[in-house]
Amino acid sequence: MSTNTEIAVKTADLTRAFGRFVAVDRVSIEVHKGEIFGFLGANGAGKTTVIRVLCGLLRPTSGSATVAGFDVYTRSEQIKRNIGYMSQKFSLYEDLTVGENIDFYGGIYGLTQGQIRKKEEEVFTSFGLGTYARTLTASLPLGFKQRLALGCAMLHDPPILFLDEPTSGVDPKARREFWDIIHQTSEKGTTILVTTHFMEEAEYCHRILIMDAGRIIALDTPHNLKKLRGKESVQDVFVTLVRKEIERRREDEDKAAGRKETEGRKETEGRHG
Amino acid sequence: MVEARTFRVALGAANRTSGRANGGTLAGRASDRGLAGAAIRAFAGILGSRAGNASRASNPTRGRILAIARKEFFHIIYDFRTLLIIFMMPVLQLIIFGYALNMEIQRVDMAVVDFSRSTESRKLVEEFSGSKFFRPFYYQEPVSGLDDLFKSRRARAAMVIPADFAPKLRASPNAPVQFLIDASDANAATFVRMYCTQVLFNYNEDRGIKTLIPFDVRTAILFNPNLKSSYFFVPGIIAMILVMISCLLTSITITREKETGTMEQILVSPVRPHEIILGKVLPYVALAFADASVVVFMGLVVFRVPFEGSFLLLVALTTLYIITALSLGLTISTRVRTQQVAMMFAQVATVLPTIMLSGLVFPIASMPKLLQYVTYIIPARYYLLIVRGIFLKGSQLVHLLEPTLFLAVMALVLLITSVRRFSMNLER
Repeated sequence: MSTNTEIAVKTADLTRAFGRFVAVDRVSIEVHKGEIFGFLGANGAGKTTVIRVLCGLLRPTSGSATVAGFDVYTRSEQIKRNIGYMSQKFSLYEDLTVGENIDFYGGIYGLTQGQIRKKEEEVFTSFGLGTYARTLTASLPLGFKQRLALGCAMLHDPPILFLDEPTSGVDPKARREFWDIIHQTSEKGTTILVTTHFMEEAEYCHRILIMDAGRIIALDTPHNLKKLRGKESVQDVFVTLVRKEIERRREDEDKAAGRKETEGRKETEGRHG
Repeated sequence: MVEARTFRVALGAANRTSGRANGGTLAGRASDRGLAGAAIRAFAGILGSRAGNASRASNPTRGRILAIARKEFFHIIYDFRTLLIIFMMPVLQLIIFGYALNMEIQRVDMAVVDFSRSTESRKLVEEFSGSKFFRPFYYQEPVSGLDDLFKSRRARAAMVIPADFAPKLRASPNAPVQFLIDASDANAATFVRMYCTQVLFNYNEDRGIKTLIPFDVRTAILFNPNLKSSYFFVPGIIAMILVMISCLLTSITITREKETGTMEQILVSPVRPHEIILGKVLPYVALAFADASVVVFMGLVVFRVPFEGSFLLLVALTTLYIITALSLGLTISTRVRTQQVAMMFAQVATVLPTIMLSGLVFPIASMPKLLQYVTYIIPARYYLLIVRGIFLKGSQLVHLLEPTLFLAVMALVLLITSVRRFSMNLER
């Protein structure tokens, strides 16, 4: 079996609702091993919710999903051992030093002290954090905080990485460097699911999923998306698609409203007749 | 935030490099922690050293608990301000309760109106000035002027000796003397009245007169013969400090992580709820112990409170009490989302009930029946029995089985509740 046909993450009609609000609406995807899979969409499009459901932070409302072959409903323990997660907030302890953060995250993944020391070296050298080992995390520049958060999420060598808007608030240069790290990681066989609202970042992904109001409105390689729509950039594709989606929704609503109106009229007529 | 950093810099010896202090240069950031750092490291070593811990791999649960405990320990020691408050609070409370809130009344100003002007009456007044309870002074004005003395608080008691005091006393053993006591503070008035009786008793004895009551009433006051309130309050403060520190601090530990988002990061790891709870409890047990030691030390050395019981028993039962309070804090923090709400709940659950309803200040027996039932759910109620018993009476475990059992059940129920309530996802 070739590596790129192996499935790392699979969902079928995955739905998550908060009360009456449907944040994720029947999303079906297959993410291949070693792939960089991007979620593109405006704020509130449902990207973060998908990631959180897959990580076991939220329960799905309906539909199915497997991560690393494990069912999200029943095997969340096994899933947790196979994933790394980096949240939008760069969840680090600001009052601890860089080294202490690494110690802690290594520790909760059950790494031995020896393993932690080794991973720490790796993170320091490959992410350029070495000189900051004893620096308070609060005083790190944002770009370095972001790298540290990624480093902490990868200490246990997870085969699948979930990155939720890893580059928000970071300057373009640091963003570019961060994507270099993502690419290197992916080349080592790690599957990466990443959400973003930066259009140019979408170009760095192998495949992108464009989401709006919880639904998939497009899923393809950046190249194909541009070619099929005849656009210059993913940005243009995105804008056209979302605009179309919004129009479609408005039509639906109009239709629904129209139906109601006619129904209402019929009712009154019926009463009169 | 900025303020907190200033403190850290002021801490100095710990040498925690602040980016601002280093002006953003890469060099110099990796400076060593110095001596204080070494001490911290050594202490942290108890919680699993950096130098390697072979048993970790064999027992992942222990490894994870230790990782959380160590991190929590760093949070505590790096937060210099909170640490200062934690150790200053018991000292302040000891001073307030031990000195200021003194239940004993001494040197009560007493106006004496002596119409008798006899040897007998002078002897009676001398008896009062001789006792440490009263500071009598002669008052010459008419009796009606006493009212002003009370109102201006120049006297809290007055003694009026009638003109026929001496002849009456010589003729029969009974001679009336009038006492007026300011009862605007009813509690104090009771004490003053008791002291008056005591002094009169001495006076009668001096004159060789035995009371006519056929049986001789003598009260033996046990365990605290001088009725010193510090003996009563110092052990009580241990109970209060422990519950406040333990409950308050732990109640914000989990909510803080919810607020900063680090909880999310912990939840996606294979850590189990009981590992998080235990990891968070351990360092606070140590902290609470350190705090209790300060109170015990001050109590024994500064207030000279006697210690009659077993130190080991005190340590053991204090641990139980600390765990109860910590579990209460954890239970609160698993139910609420923000630090502020958690702190509010913790305060409502600990401070007031402990001061008012545990028997710390007011005896439970004198409370209305309904409130007496409420006291059964207050951990401090049981611990006060334990700590006062051990300190003053030298109670053994056999004497303290009931409160110990109650505390143990409470600790267990709360701990289990906090583990079960702990949600392993972001759902409510």
